[in-house]
Amino acid sequence: MMNRRQILILLPAAAIAWKSVLAGTPEMSPNYKLSEHWWSMLIDITKCIGCGNCVRACSQENNVPDGHFRTWVERYHVNDENMTEPVVISPEGGIHGFPATTDTSDKYFFVPKLCNHCADSPCTQVCPVGATFISPDGVVMVDRTYCLGCAYCVQACPYGCRYIHPELEVADKCDLCYHRITQGLTTACCENCPTGARQLADLKDPKDPIHEFLRTHSVQVLKPQMATGAKVFYNELDGSVH
Amino acid sequence: MNGVEGFMYPNEIGLQWSILIVLYPYITGLVAGAFILASLVRIFRVEAVRPTYRLALLTALSFLLVAPLPLQLHLGHPERSPEMYFTPHSTSAMAMFGYVYLWYLMAVLVFEIWLDYRAEIVHFSKTKKGLVGFIYKVMTLGSTNVSHKALELDEKIGWIVTLIGIPSAFILHGYVGFIFGSIKANPWWNSPLMPVVFIFSAMVSGISAVMLLYMATTKLRGLKIDIACVDTIAMYLFYTFIIDFAVESLDLIHRIYEADESFRSLNFMVHTKLYIPHIVIQIMLGTLTPLILLAITQLFKLPEFVRKRIYVIAGSLIMVGVFAMRWNVVIGGQLFSKSFLGYTTYKLALVTKEGLLAAIALCILPFIFLYALQHFLPPWPEKDNTGVPEATH
Amino acid sequence: MSAFKNTGHLLRFAGLFVIAFFIFLIVRHFVVPKSFGEYGHYRGNAIKEDAARPSYYAGHEACEGCHSDVADKKSHGKHAHVNCEACHGPQLAHASADDPSKHKPVLPDTTVLCKQCHAASAAKPKNFPQVGDDHMPGMACKDCHNPHSPAMDQAPAEKTASTSKAPQGGKK
Repeated sequence: MMNRRQILILLPAAAIAWKSVLAGTPEMSPNYKLSEHWWSMLIDITKCIGCGNCVRACSQENNVPDGHFRTWVERYHVNDENMTEPVVISPEGGIHGFPATTDTSDKYFFVPKLCNHCADSPCTQVCPVGATFISPDGVVMVDRTYCLGCAYCVQACPYGCRYIHPELEVADKCDLCYHRITQGLTTACCENCPTGARQLADLKDPKDPIHEFLRTHSVQVLKPQMATGAKVFYNELDGSVH
Repeated sequence: MNGVEGFMYPNEIGLQWSILIVLYPYITGLVAGAFILASLVRIFRVEAVRPTYRLALLTALSFLLVAPLPLQLHLGHPERSPEMYFTPHSTSAMAMFGYVYLWYLMAVLVFEIWLDYRAEIVHFSKTKKGLVGFIYKVMTLGSTNVSHKALELDEKIGWIVTLIGIPSAFILHGYVGFIFGSIKANPWWNSPLMPVVFIFSAMVSGISAVMLLYMATTKLRGLKIDIACVDTIAMYLFYTFIIDFAVESLDLIHRIYEADESFRSLNFMVHTKLYIPHIVIQIMLGTLTPLILLAITQLFKLPEFVRKRIYVIAGSLIMVGVFAMRWNVVIGGQLFSKSFLGYTTYKLALVTKEGLLAAIALCILPFIFLYALQHFLPPWPEKDNTGVPEATH
Repeated sequence: MSAFKNTGHLLRFAGLFVIAFFIFLIVRHFVVPKSFGEYGHYRGNAIKEDAARPSYYAGHEACEGCHSDVADKKSHGKHAHVNCEACHGPQLAHASADDPSKHKPVLPDTTVLCKQCHAASAAKPKNFPQVGDDHMPGMACKDCHNPHSPAMDQAPAEKTASTSKAPQGGKK
């Protein structure tokens, strides 16, 4: 026991995180300042293998109800003669991975999806009571004790990222594992992505590698025409992705 | 499997808004339409439709009392709905509902009805005994001043209330259209014409409803239908309907001509899953047929009994057609994927909280309210058992 | 005053509105949560409550504290960037227990586990190592590969004799 704790103290960021996890701290880490972060995520399409690890991890970390998804993976199949009408599948959100294919004549790729934590989010705009909102550190979250369950936000999200929790009867969605990122950990999906296709990023942290990445890569957000200020950035996003 | 064709985002497979949310704009539309008919008498001095004035007001009130119920039933947490009043979110169209509703209910409808019925209320408070008499006494608010001057003042104030009521009715229903029309994520809803379409279809359905109710109640009471009154209502119905049809057609033509990225998906939907409710029921049966029928009554001199039958048929078709329009907006807007790559199916349950039986009950409830209201506040000026001095209009 | 002689009933009706409005203000004062509006139009405490949800995944830093031998082995292999719980599942209960041996993780079955990532499919990026079903059928992956550092220094004897294909893609 002692030995383990001593080692942990050597890893400052992890140590803070770990201590508060062990202590069951009821609030975010004392060193965490809302105004110092602006969370986003980077998804590298070229690295995603469609294993479904992120979906499984998310489901377990967040007790996501069956049949609903805080994150999911889609497999696109694009034929060069019909670039704008891809065939897309996402069996059970890709939680068990995807069927193998041997078809090498067409283009295939995987697109992990999650809440885009939009800076101008249409979902928080329509909430009649202020039960869903953008936190000062850029996470779109739901106040489960305040939500009416009217589902207007679900209608307003262009990306299909929200659902009504069948037991709690309130809106539910990805909150970027807020209980983890405020403790210095990464999200469950990023932690468990074997290829590093998903990276949590803090746009307010000048040392975050995302700045370099955004400068040097061809990066896009989903449905840019929606002008939602989406903060999930996709590297090498194909034009056929909806 | 799940009734899904093509690809839906996994969270989109089940519909969020059920038949109850179809009923909600339908019912508020009837309120707004009935009120507009009443305002014809009050503001525009169309004396021919006076027999329907009080009936229109009571119909509007009955339906308005029911209007929030489908919303309450649909909410996951109805007990939290007062939050809409306590912390309304300024950027949310839906947050307006609580205030617009309350304004319309209390400051417009109840106030106008109270002013119009005050002479009777005071009279009943003196003549009726027991609980009923007590309720009338409460309704007088302790003021029994029904002097000629006081009633004259009531008439003036009532006129102002009606004048305010017209834009209020437009807001009450226009904002329902805005709730849908402002959702940029949903191309089936997203249109600045949506509030206009909602208002005009509301007027059409409300006027039809009061016309049918007037004809039915007059028949039930064994009296003769005032054909001049019904003819006038039908004329206004026809002209309102032409505007409604024009606006809806404009919306449709614009969508077809523009053919944006969602068009292929929506067009497919209209020709498959929505074919019956949209093309057949809404457009053919609910719009074109009654429009032609009403046009015939305007163009040709038909015998009275034929006109009456045509009005009943056209009015009923309009009621069905406007319901279909609400259905196609609310349900249709959720049948396609926002990825434009697939379609899901709406499964209408029977006995659940948001099922068919609940919807039918909510449709019957306003008539029960109306039945109770007309006992308390008789809308028939010719009824002889009261001995009330004829209200000064 | 005579102008207002007949307005008594109207003032009473208006009075009802005023009374209702004040009752509303009083009720509102008591029912709106105290932290509402702390940061914006929402309950400020909702942020702290969300941050206080329980975790299930400990994060690889927690594992590496005790299992430094595995961490060391892994850091030199191709799975250096595959975090522990990606294969071993959520282990916070194990990692935070006073006696971790009471929450012993289940050893993953490599015949199932490895395929989740490495089963061959044309949909996967071409440079990602993939194996078809004809690669060493009937054998568990860990019989030849150490999952913590899967590259093999030398091909096993039976492999040269078999006709099965080597994994496709990936740098040598």
